[in-house]
Amino acid sequence: MATVTLSAVGKTYAGGVDAVRDVNVDIKDGEFVVLVGPSGCGKSTLLRMVAGLETVTHGEIRIGDRVVNTLDPADRDIAMVFQNYALYPHMSVRDNMAYGLKNRRTPKDEITRRVDEAARMLELAPYLDRKPRALSGGQRQRVAMGRAIVRQPSAFLFDEPLSNLDAKLRVSMRGEIRRLQKRLGTTSLYVTHDQLEAMTLADRLIVLRDGAVEQIGAPLDVYRRPASSFVAAFIGSPAMSLLDARVADGRVWVGEHAVAPATVPAGEVTLGLRAEDLRIAADGALPMRVDYVEELGAQRIIHGFVEGQQIAVTETGADSLPSDLRLAVDPGALHLFDVATGRRMDEAAAQPARELA
Amino acid sequence: MRGLVKAGAATPQKRVQFDRPLTPWLFLAPQLAVVVIFFYWPSVQAVVSSFYIEDPFGFGSTFVGMENYTNALTDTRYQATAAFTAFFCVVVTALSLGIGLLLAVKADKVIRGAGPYKTVLISVYAIAPPVAGLIGMMIFDQHIGPMTALFGFFGRDLQVGVNYWDTTIAVTTISVWKQIPYNFIFFLSGLQTVPVSVREAALIDARSGWRRFRDIVLPLLAPTAFFLLIINITYAMFDTFAIFDVVVKDKPANNPMTLVYKVYLDGFKGNDIGGSSAQSVILMLVVAALTVVQFRFLERRVHYG
Ligand SMILES: Nc1ncnc2c1ncn2[C@@H]1O[C@H](COP(=O)(O)OP(=O)(O)O)[C@@H](O)[C@H]1O
Ligand SMILES: [Mg+2]
Repeated sequence: MATVTLSAVGKTYAGGVDAVRDVNVDIKDGEFVVLVGPSGCGKSTLLRMVAGLETVTHGEIRIGDRVVNTLDPADRDIAMVFQNYALYPHMSVRDNMAYGLKNRRTPKDEITRRVDEAARMLELAPYLDRKPRALSGGQRQRVAMGRAIVRQPSAFLFDEPLSNLDAKLRVSMRGEIRRLQKRLGTTSLYVTHDQLEAMTLADRLIVLRDGAVEQIGAPLDVYRRPASSFVAAFIGSPAMSLLDARVADGRVWVGEHAVAPATVPAGEVTLGLRAEDLRIAADGALPMRVDYVEELGAQRIIHGFVEGQQIAVTETGADSLPSDLRLAVDPGALHLFDVATGRRMDEAAAQPARELA
Repeated sequence: MRGLVKAGAATPQKRVQFDRPLTPWLFLAPQLAVVVIFFYWPSVQAVVSSFYIEDPFGFGSTFVGMENYTNALTDTRYQATAAFTAFFCVVVTALSLGIGLLLAVKADKVIRGAGPYKTVLISVYAIAPPVAGLIGMMIFDQHIGPMTALFGFFGRDLQVGVNYWDTTIAVTTISVWKQIPYNFIFFLSGLQTVPVSVREAALIDARSGWRRFRDIVLPLLAPTAFFLLIINITYAMFDTFAIFDVVVKDKPANNPMTLVYKVYLDGFKGNDIGGSSAQSVILMLVVAALTVVQFRFLERRVHYG
């Protein structure tokens, strides 16, 4: 177990692609950090640099108190779980798990003990003598997890380990990974493009965009105070509605409709509104034209337009809806973003930036 | 033709229906004719004539039972040829597989730049055996051959076609040289089928490159290697005929040769049709035995899938 420290880490591929730029993160001992971002934003590249599968072109990576930039993957004391499991097809489940230990000259009875324990934890005991091809996708995923666990490494690295599973299995494996990690207390870096997976697993989220860190923070902090319109739209489902708005006379306006008071300087802004922060009310400030409704059972999502701009509202009602509604906005629930940079505009120190620790 | 029939059997709804039962046989006829005329008929002929001694002037033949076989098997020259063939097969197979694998592993590491490298190596295979033999002969030529010069430099007077072992070196070198590209291509494509992530997982699990190769890559390459083993043994036994023909042809009898080449020499040069037939029947049996051994005992130890 150890800390993982990335200082000004960057990656430029041959050909000049800047896949990762200036990443600074301090992963605490035992912490579960999730790297999240859209496909192609450099998540895997960053993770693979930590693993040693990709050279580090800028900056420094430390695992524990060792700088690992030039160490072989086998010397970094990490274990990795791959998206397509990467099991050795010609080895039994037991040998798959034991291989890394054998190469480290672990005593035989110690290997047996660890493999058996991991097998018990992952409910793999009946399959220990099978070859991977005789296992289901979920079982293979467990073997890949087992291979990582038996090593008792300083850090676990996961590269989209659940992406090849069906939706239901993904949810249950998600819970299992979380439980195992808490129990073992192993520092973990986990890559996913699925914001829901990221939210549910992480102690801390790192949102990446085009190779650069957009925001780092606890899932709820990121959700409640997204640092940019990009994060706002990426984290949360349904996505936060982003409207072109303007601030004038101390209030936020969408078209001719005053939404709520605001303390930021007058001018054009991007107004972000979470679906659950909007209420349908006869005296609401914003007129909404309903487009379509998604029924989810416990609640429903109403999609429509305000002044020709897309917006989504969640509510728990089941009555049929008129085609025109009015929406009320809680003044504390506004998110304002700079139109040019997309960065969050803070309401004149009304809320301290404590979450961005 | 076979493909058509097979596909029909696998997907009945797509089966091709012939109105007349004779039609499929018409389609099959050319294929069957080729097999019968060029394979079964000569085989039967060989088996039959192996029991006769043919008059050298074509005035009929005499039934002699197993005499041709016992003559061949007790003949010390035949035994020497058999021993040489076995030796030659082992050496050619081992060297061409080993070097092919080594080159493939090296090429696999730089695969993005492997285009020209591959082309150079394949081009050797594109040369037909007689040409390879001729080029090889030139390389080993008594007067102008660079190989002769090289050996001369080390104080050895290379006499290919005259000295038994010098001829052996030449024939073996040319045979191996010709077969390497073939093995290389198969090994290289075999290596490319080892998933990148499996290699990366191994990179994390094992520090030593040799261990990773031995424990992960080689077992996954086993089906390719098994296939190539069969191909290479067959090659060394039969397909090196042309190389021997070029190197050994019209030279004193003190030259090494394979059993196949001896069948040809005794039959067509020595006009001993009966003895030559007996030898070829023995070869058939050897091939049959080899096939059984390979598939019964080796294949079981090979991991497929
Ligand atoms: N080997 C490579 N050579 C050049 N560019 C690469 C290579 N691998 C990835 N990239 C580029 O780097 C960027 C980040 O890729 P990646 O880390 O795989 O993204 P993610 O895992 O977030 O989907 C992409 O634009 C991709 O095209
Ligand atoms: Mg990726």
